Amino acid sequence: MSKEIKVDYLARVEGEGALDIKLRDGQVEKLELRIFEPPRFFEAFLEGRSYMEVPDITARICGICPVAYQMSSARALEKILGIEVSPEIKTLRRLLYLGEYVESHVLHVYLLHAPDFFGYESAIEMAKDHPDVVKKALSLKHWGNLVMQIIGGRSVHPVSPRVGGFHRAVKKEEFTPLLTNLDEVKQTALDAVEWTAGLRFPDLERDTEYVSLWSNAEYPILEGRIRSTKGIDVAEEEFETTFIEHQVPYSTALRRLVRGKTPYAAGPQARVNLNHDKLMPEVLDKAKEAGISFPIQNPYMSIVSRILEVAHAVLEAEEIIERYKPPSAPYVMKEPREGEAVAITEAPRGMLYHKYAIDGRGMVKTAKISSPTAQNQSSMEADLLELAPKLAKMTNEKATLLCEQTIRNYDPCISCSAHFLKLNITSE
Amino acid sequence: MSKNRKTSLAVFKFSSCDGCQLQILNAENELLELANQVDISYFMEATRRAKPGPYDVALVEGSVSTPHEKELVAEIRKNSKYLIAIGACATAGGIQALRNWSSVESFKKIVYPNPEWIAALEKATPISEHVKVDLELMGCPINKDQLLYVTAQLLRGKKPYLPTYSVCLECKMRGTPCVIVSKKVPCIGPTTMAGCGAICPAYGRGCYGCFGPMDDPNPKALVDYLVSEGIDKGDVIRLFKGFTGYSEKFRKVIDEYE
Repeated sequence: MSKEIKVDYLARVEGEGALDIKLRDGQVEKLELRIFEPPRFFEAFLEGRSYMEVPDITARICGICPVAYQMSSARALEKILGIEVSPEIKTLRRLLYLGEYVESHVLHVYLLHAPDFFGYESAIEMAKDHPDVVKKALSLKHWGNLVMQIIGGRSVHPVSPRVGGFHRAVKKEEFTPLLTNLDEVKQTALDAVEWTAGLRFPDLERDTEYVSLWSNAEYPILEGRIRSTKGIDVAEEEFETTFIEHQVPYSTALRRLVRGKTPYAAGPQARVNLNHDKLMPEVLDKAKEAGISFPIQNPYMSIVSRILEVAHAVLEAEEIIERYKPPSAPYVMKEPREGEAVAITEAPRGMLYHKYAIDGRGMVKTAKISSPTAQNQSSMEADLLELAPKLAKMTNEKATLLCEQTIRNYDPCISCSAHFLKLNITSE
Repeated sequence: MSKNRKTSLAVFKFSSCDGCQLQILNAENELLELANQVDISYFMEATRRAKPGPYDVALVEGSVSTPHEKELVAEIRKNSKYLIAIGACATAGGIQALRNWSSVESFKKIVYPNPEWIAALEKATPISEHVKVDLELMGCPINKDQLLYVTAQLLRGKKPYLPTYSVCLECKMRGTPCVIVSKKVPCIGPTTMAGCGAICPAYGRGCYGCFGPMDDPNPKALVDYLVSEGIDKGDVIRLFKGFTGYSEKFRKVIDEYE
């Protein structure tokens, strides 16, 4: 018996992708996660641009997580220039990034992923039956966007972040609008832990290797060592030699495998699994009450991991705002000098790797960017392979829905990955 | 628009970052009401439901940069009564239009080990270069309030009015001192279309033109002035050669000085 599952255009993901699976007698004959997002050649047109423009330009790789691109690029370029930003600037960057976690994660949890668990086509449909859930989620998302807007000037492609810090550091009183409904926002985020933990998760326990930044000092976002649940512990400089770019015969998509052999998963579940001891105590209490234990292995529970990070982000943001003192200087500047450096920060979807070489005038010689979605592709396919026997027994409609849900576990941002991925243009 | 049934709205994506269609979902306070008033017929980022056309209003994000997109844009035009190009990519080609000054073949080789597998047009171009566009919303990203205003006007059967003047006016309204005059910061706000609310100067930096050229700008005069103030010409030209650099009015001054 043969069966074909085709999703010509994946809905409720950012960007354009498709999936083809061919099964014969319960065995997988073909499995392709295809990306047809047009290539935009960022690494190419960055060449010859000034280092000062790089955070503004790379932000445009993704409208959903622009801050991640600004932070990875700024930090790599600061390493080249020998700039050490002040702790106050670091804290303000962290607050901005926490805002992006809330905005991006809430978008995915409620507007893109949750409809799968309830069988709705969209959150708008879901809102007809569950208006309170969706309305509260939207106000939570709004709060995250507001953090970004206050610090960065606007939430999509903020204008204030720059190499060395910020064009302008906000004053404490500018955070006032965030305090008006803070109690409600906190409550929504904490309640959501129980709500997501109570969802029904399809069975899937794969021995996934989770990889994220790790730091002794804090929940890692802006910097850290790379660690995995299977013992990797390396510096960010070792990223490209640890996670090797790899091409598979049936697909034209480049991906990364651990030492060229096995898939790995980056993202909120990886971060939570490797760093749960650094989540805010209130969040850990809520997780315990909801019966969540670490590490979380079921990939469908990424919706829970995402919400744990949302709750953490809101609570940590509150702490930062309470203690906030503007940096004495909004940015640190040094003369350009020739050099090369890499930096990884934790984008909402996982590790975001940037590498630059610049010349003595500060012009970009080469750029390389590896997005979390590009890294996660092999893991998405491994999950789908694991599902295959189950899919063979389902109706096509149900199998398709389950496949889509499985891909959405990774919150794939195809706009981010496409400048890096190969397009599959082979005709059958 | 239509009296007897809900206006149907479709959202399409071409080469872009998703940021402009995200602005629809970022209208958190208005989203559910919008969904009440219009029939969201096609919006892949938000819903699995994909109704076939024709559509009353199509919002098109992104520039045309692959052979497939070229076909698709013609099809969407045929299927849509009122087509709105949203954002810098759709109205000016976007940041990826920087490749239009180089050769796409050389760009493919820089990014991809197997460039022969990449299908890409020589140039990334705005929607209006391919089909008739009824309205253009500028910005990288678009201003969501502007999008909501335009949608509301269309639903009432009224013509939307958009700014034609420069960012300078918005700086004055916001009370921001001119960054060129007060700090000698290069700024192309005097030639850039208003609509963002003059965010950059309020954050202490110059405008980098993400809303594209205003009506009837004089970019050459601005370049000459900034250079006479001691600002490096290359820095000034790169400000124009950014997110809306391929727009006709900015392209002219870039080509003249480069």
